[in-house]
Amino acid sequence: MDYLLETVYFCTAVLFIVGLKRMSHPTTARSGIVWAGGGMVLATLLSFAHPQITAHLNVTNYVLMLIAIGVGGGIAWWGAKKVAMTAMPQMIAIYNGMGGGAAACIAAVELLKDHGHEAAAPGTHTLLMAAAGALIGAVSFSGSVVAFGKLQELKFFKNDAKFRFPGQQKVNAAIFFLAVLAGIVIAVAHTSNGGLITVFFLLALAFGAMMALPIGGADMPVVISLFNAFTGLAVALEGFVLLNSAMIIAGIIVGSSGTMLTFMMAKAMNRSVANVLFSNWAALGSGEAQEVKGSLKPMEPADAAIQMAYAAKVIIVPGYGMAVAQAQHKIWEMSKLLIERGTEVKFAIHPVAGRMPGHMNVLLAEAGVPYDLIADMDEINEEFSTADVALVIGANDVVNPAARTDKSSPIYGMPILNVDHAKNVQVIKRGKGVGFAGIENALFFADNTRMVYGDAQKVAAGLIQGIKDLG
Amino acid sequence: MEAVVALFSPIYILMLAGFLGYEIISRVPVILHTPLMSGTNFVHGIVLVGAMVALGQATTPLEQAVGFLGVLLGAGNAVGGYFVTERMLEMFKSSKGKGN
Repeated sequence: MDYLLETVYFCTAVLFIVGLKRMSHPTTARSGIVWAGGGMVLATLLSFAHPQITAHLNVTNYVLMLIAIGVGGGIAWWGAKKVAMTAMPQMIAIYNGMGGGAAACIAAVELLKDHGHEAAAPGTHTLLMAAAGALIGAVSFSGSVVAFGKLQELKFFKNDAKFRFPGQQKVNAAIFFLAVLAGIVIAVAHTSNGGLITVFFLLALAFGAMMALPIGGADMPVVISLFNAFTGLAVALEGFVLLNSAMIIAGIIVGSSGTMLTFMMAKAMNRSVANVLFSNWAALGSGEAQEVKGSLKPMEPADAAIQMAYAAKVIIVPGYGMAVAQAQHKIWEMSKLLIERGTEVKFAIHPVAGRMPGHMNVLLAEAGVPYDLIADMDEINEEFSTADVALVIGANDVVNPAARTDKSSPIYGMPILNVDHAKNVQVIKRGKGVGFAGIENALFFADNTRMVYGDAQKVAAGLIQGIKDLG
Repeated sequence: MEAVVALFSPIYILMLAGFLGYEIISRVPVILHTPLMSGTNFVHGIVLVGAMVALGQATTPLEQAVGFLGVLLGAGNAVGGYFVTERMLEMFKSSKGKGN
């Protein structure tokens, strides 16, 4: 059985690697997840006959196992199938948190076990690894739950400033230090004292939550990616504890690739990872952002349609608001009408449009927008000055010129789309509220900007009608 | 000697797997960042296997409860991670056909 199991784990590791490799190329991406999925099913099925389980053969445990897989898997399946494409980032966060929690649970069982004077009792270094994995896994769990809450825009997490207080870094450092200390004591003393272990886990969970709470929603993709890498590492550590090669290999690969991805995402947002984690936005800006001058000038969809219909070049800047309103199909329909009239239409995508790198591309692809009309920020930023109309739909912070000019602004330094360089700017917006970063947008008050208020989908329908009326 | 090899082989696995993860993710177009993150999220769902072993060894009710929670969370990670990734990548395929 040992040989069979190890062979299967080996195959699983190979399938994971091939799967991930395929996922990193657009044409083979779809099959990649199937390969990896096959590996997972194989490993899970064979693990029912794992010698470490059969040695303690206990029917109750098997029943519990089946119920847990059924319930956990069922809920996750239902959630993953039902959720809207716009909510994908927070789904990734919550599933990632579950993985971290599972790793922490493995460690908890290992630490709680009273090995007494068994010959096979784990050594100090094994317990140290278990504790380290528990710490990282628990941090990933509570942090991911907070990230989920923020992206889901739950009431409790709404105001980032609420979670900031003086000396926060020191308090966090103290919690972290105590958690590490508790972990070391547990491992070195070989204790299975329930009280101490509980305190250890509570400290770890608290640290994860405290770490994620003050971070602004717009930075969440980077944080989720980091927690993803954390979970990988935790899984690998527990893999060493259980001497499970599939867990070790998969965990390390996720740990290293996740770390890479975190840095790449942070780079795309022009923020360093340390910056995201340790200097929250309130501390960055010197308080109040610059006063915004001018007034908001509303415009009717019919007028907006006329302006676009007679434009030579229109650049559309889709943001998260468009995705939430599910307006991408209507917007593409409108774009087709404009193209028929001879207008050049392009879509400009900010690296973090839709909250995650690549998220907006997925949403536009869903609506059927061809790839050659979609341009990245670097490709298109020069072109805004040649555009007659820049149509901003539900985007806010990524087109805020304050990022270029206002040093006191929390988003200062973030690369933005140069929408303000276009001859005319139209902004479709639900209301007068501020963006995800919680700041006013000078673009909306500019002389050449007109605000088209309303639900993006309804406005888009109005625009289509307006263009059609022109004949 | 055998003991030394036994000690070092995990370290080799660590080093090689670490490089592999780095290689897989570098030079990936930005549009695939989110799906790939989701994919790696699925891969660490292998933690389910470990949780099953942990629950299988549980002897006290407390261990069983914690183990049960572990398997529940692990299964959620694996299943949820798979279907989220699949849904995202499905869109890719269709867009590739129409675009470019």
